[in-house]
Amino acid sequence: MQPLLLAKSVTKRFGGFTALDHVDITVSSGERLGLIGPNGSGKTTFINCISGTLRNDSGSVFFDGADISTLPAHQRIRKGIARSFQIPKPFPTMTVRENILIPLEFGSTKSKSQDRRSPDDVLDLIGLTEKANETAAHLTQVELRKLELARAVAVDPKLLISDEAMAGLSHSEVDDILEILLSLNAGGITIIMIEHIMRAVMHFSERIVVLDAGQKIADGEPNTVAEDPRVQEAYLGN
Amino acid sequence: MKGSVFFIGACTVVLAGLALTRLGVNEYYFFAGYVVLQFVVLATAWNILGGYAGYVNFGSAGFFAIGVYCSIALTKAFSLPLPLLILASSIAAGLIGLATGYLTLRLRGVFFAIATLALAIVLETLVSNWSYVGGAAGTFVMRPKTVIFFDSYVEFLFIVMLVLAVSSVVIARTIERSRFGRGLRAIRDEEVAAESMGVPTLKLKLLATTLSGALMGAAGAPFSYYVTYVDPPSAFNLSFAVNAVAMPLIGGTATWLGPLIGALLLGSIQQIATVTISSELNLLIVGLTLIIFVIVAPDGLVGAARRISKWVRGN
Amino acid sequence: MFEHQLFLNAVLSGLLLGGFYASVSIGLTISFGQLNIVNIAHPAFVIVGSYAAYTANSGLGLDPIVSGILFMPVFFAGGAVFYRVYHVCFEARGDDPLRGLAFFFGIMFVIEVLLIIAYGVDYRLVEAAYIGETVGYGAITLPLRMVAPFLAALILTFGIQLFLSKTFTGRAIMAVAQDQIAVQLMAINPTYIKQIAFGIAIMTASLAGALLIVIGPVEPSMGRQYIGRVFAIAVLGGMGSIPGTLVAALILGVAESLTATFYGPSWAPAVSFGLLLGALALRPQGLFGR
Repeated sequence: MQPLLLAKSVTKRFGGFTALDHVDITVSSGERLGLIGPNGSGKTTFINCISGTLRNDSGSVFFDGADISTLPAHQRIRKGIARSFQIPKPFPTMTVRENILIPLEFGSTKSKSQDRRSPDDVLDLIGLTEKANETAAHLTQVELRKLELARAVAVDPKLLISDEAMAGLSHSEVDDILEILLSLNAGGITIIMIEHIMRAVMHFSERIVVLDAGQKIADGEPNTVAEDPRVQEAYLGN
Repeated sequence: MKGSVFFIGACTVVLAGLALTRLGVNEYYFFAGYVVLQFVVLATAWNILGGYAGYVNFGSAGFFAIGVYCSIALTKAFSLPLPLLILASSIAAGLIGLATGYLTLRLRGVFFAIATLALAIVLETLVSNWSYVGGAAGTFVMRPKTVIFFDSYVEFLFIVMLVLAVSSVVIARTIERSRFGRGLRAIRDEEVAAESMGVPTLKLKLLATTLSGALMGAAGAPFSYYVTYVDPPSAFNLSFAVNAVAMPLIGGTATWLGPLIGALLLGSIQQIATVTISSELNLLIVGLTLIIFVIVAPDGLVGAARRISKWVRGN
Repeated sequence: MFEHQLFLNAVLSGLLLGGFYASVSIGLTISFGQLNIVNIAHPAFVIVGSYAAYTANSGLGLDPIVSGILFMPVFFAGGAVFYRVYHVCFEARGDDPLRGLAFFFGIMFVIEVLLIIAYGVDYRLVEAAYIGETVGYGAITLPLRMVAPFLAALILTFGIQLFLSKTFTGRAIMAVAQDQIAVQLMAINPTYIKQIAFGIAIMTASLAGALLIVIGPVEPSMGRQYIGRVFAIAVLGGMGSIPGTLVAALILGVAESLTATFYGPSWAPAVSFGLLLGALALRPQGLFGR
């Protein structure tokens, strides 16, 4: 079967610094993939290249069989790649509902408006219904994380990339977000989760990819990866 | 305000202006009113890009002057009627806006602001070297001797500018409530997120720059008939650029109402003040008001009024 | 042969002009390139420097370049206070670039109008022994009113570069430009460092303004012609690099001088804009950026 996402030898440099060095990653439809690595290992750069926020210098990105390497970000989301931001980037002057209307109106994978989700449906799914008319500037951290996910889910993506949606949250809040992600996956959405909270990644992922200093150093089942000496070295330092 | 109410209101304003010209009001009022309305167009046009999308244009005087000189050149070459001059001027100014935007809008917003600032100066250089439209020495423009319906040409110009002002406010309000306007607002709030959420940011910014430039050009087209003598310093007057920024910021940049209130208020005050005090002092007041508002009331008079009414209702 | 000499003279006077441009731009390189403060009013501060030198020259008969140096501490203090106001009103409240820009635009405008009210719109000039003299070798003649500002501007540029690279405060300024958090870890207050840096940026306007009025007569709205130039130089020079600023300024000076010689002086202001747009479109990281 053809993979949903195929990143072939993706390379990104910033000046003299190589942030991604020939990274190959394949994601199958319906999969739950965990992407981990120490700080500065290139995880966020990688998803920036996948979602089109950055353009990779060489290599290519295929989605659903088509080469999307040259597409701008606003067209990639319409193909079905949605993401959340590590540091939440809400539209601060808009209400929560208006925040969701932007991706619904501009980024949905459904071209006809009657096929699209209703904003109330999205709010309900993520659990933000009570905050619908609140201005985004007044939300708490966990609500902001949920809003990030809600805006990504609104477009009915095929692939959802969650960039550290749980950083800084309490134990029960992490479980809350995990539950949302698992139910989205059960609904048929492929998910890449970037996370530092190992408990969450190990619990969530079917497969884990490890990046270190811009290179892929491991790719496999959670337990195998966790025992890989190269991974342990990368995390514990040398 | 509902769409139909707003539209009827807009038509009423134009009709009231027409009625005013039949009442034998002193011509001075039309002369002064023209300037205030010209500022309504400039401030509203500026706000489409500056207020809705958050991209600052310091070169309003340049776009205005493109309209002025496009209209002078076309009058000399073909002696076209004023409505065609306005159309041609807005196309020319819109295209220059598009070109400047295309070169700079992909970068941080501040580079666009700097480019517009420099653009006005360079356009002034070009016009000063263009002898066909009078060069640095300037040129006289003859008003047509007669004009249908109106008693004087100034009354006619007043109505032309009134129509332009009402049209720009209608355009701004339409944008504000459209998908385009919501996209611009997302860009203003958080551009990276907007792009990743499907908003075609570059396209919308270019569209806003073109429209905003075109309206400024349209405002400049009748200018030469109004003043009858134009030289580069008068067409590129920095007061246009300052007022175009100051009026929306003082009125409030979030809605169409802000620039309208800002322009009517600041424009009228300046018209009264020019009669009573020196024009330098007058401009000093505009500059200081701008600085004070930017510091104290960043969301302008409209925003302040909203906060006060919220507070009153809250008590 | 004649053409050849004309060309050589144009290049030499362009280099002199470019050196002077470096003194006007160096303050912006510090505030815009290093501190990320888009001070579009910088040329207006330079004009204030010109009028300070004019006042000292016409009132006390002080040499304009000497008075430009003497006014430096005043400008430094003014700049530091100004930064405090800017910091409290804008930086500390969170980033809204639109408001900060509008603020400086208002300041630029107010400075210009205040100068008009105080001095009128007429051109003002200064007197000094070297103004009107020339130095030359063979067919090459260079006016001293260009050579003196060139030398003063070079000394200023090297002085600032030396300060930034050799002193502790200077290095802290460079560090603030790169990484505010790292500076905080070094137990330096970034606001304090930025205040000093902005003071220095405005301080350079004192001398640059004095040099401007040595080169030629000055009127209040003249600063506007320098907006395109200083930003073109700051961007082309790589946003924050002092040597880059000098090289970019020399390039612009030569380009303008050649344009003025071969196409007429009224075209010279368009050069900076072309250079600025070209730099922004093709190489926004500047000549010396990575």
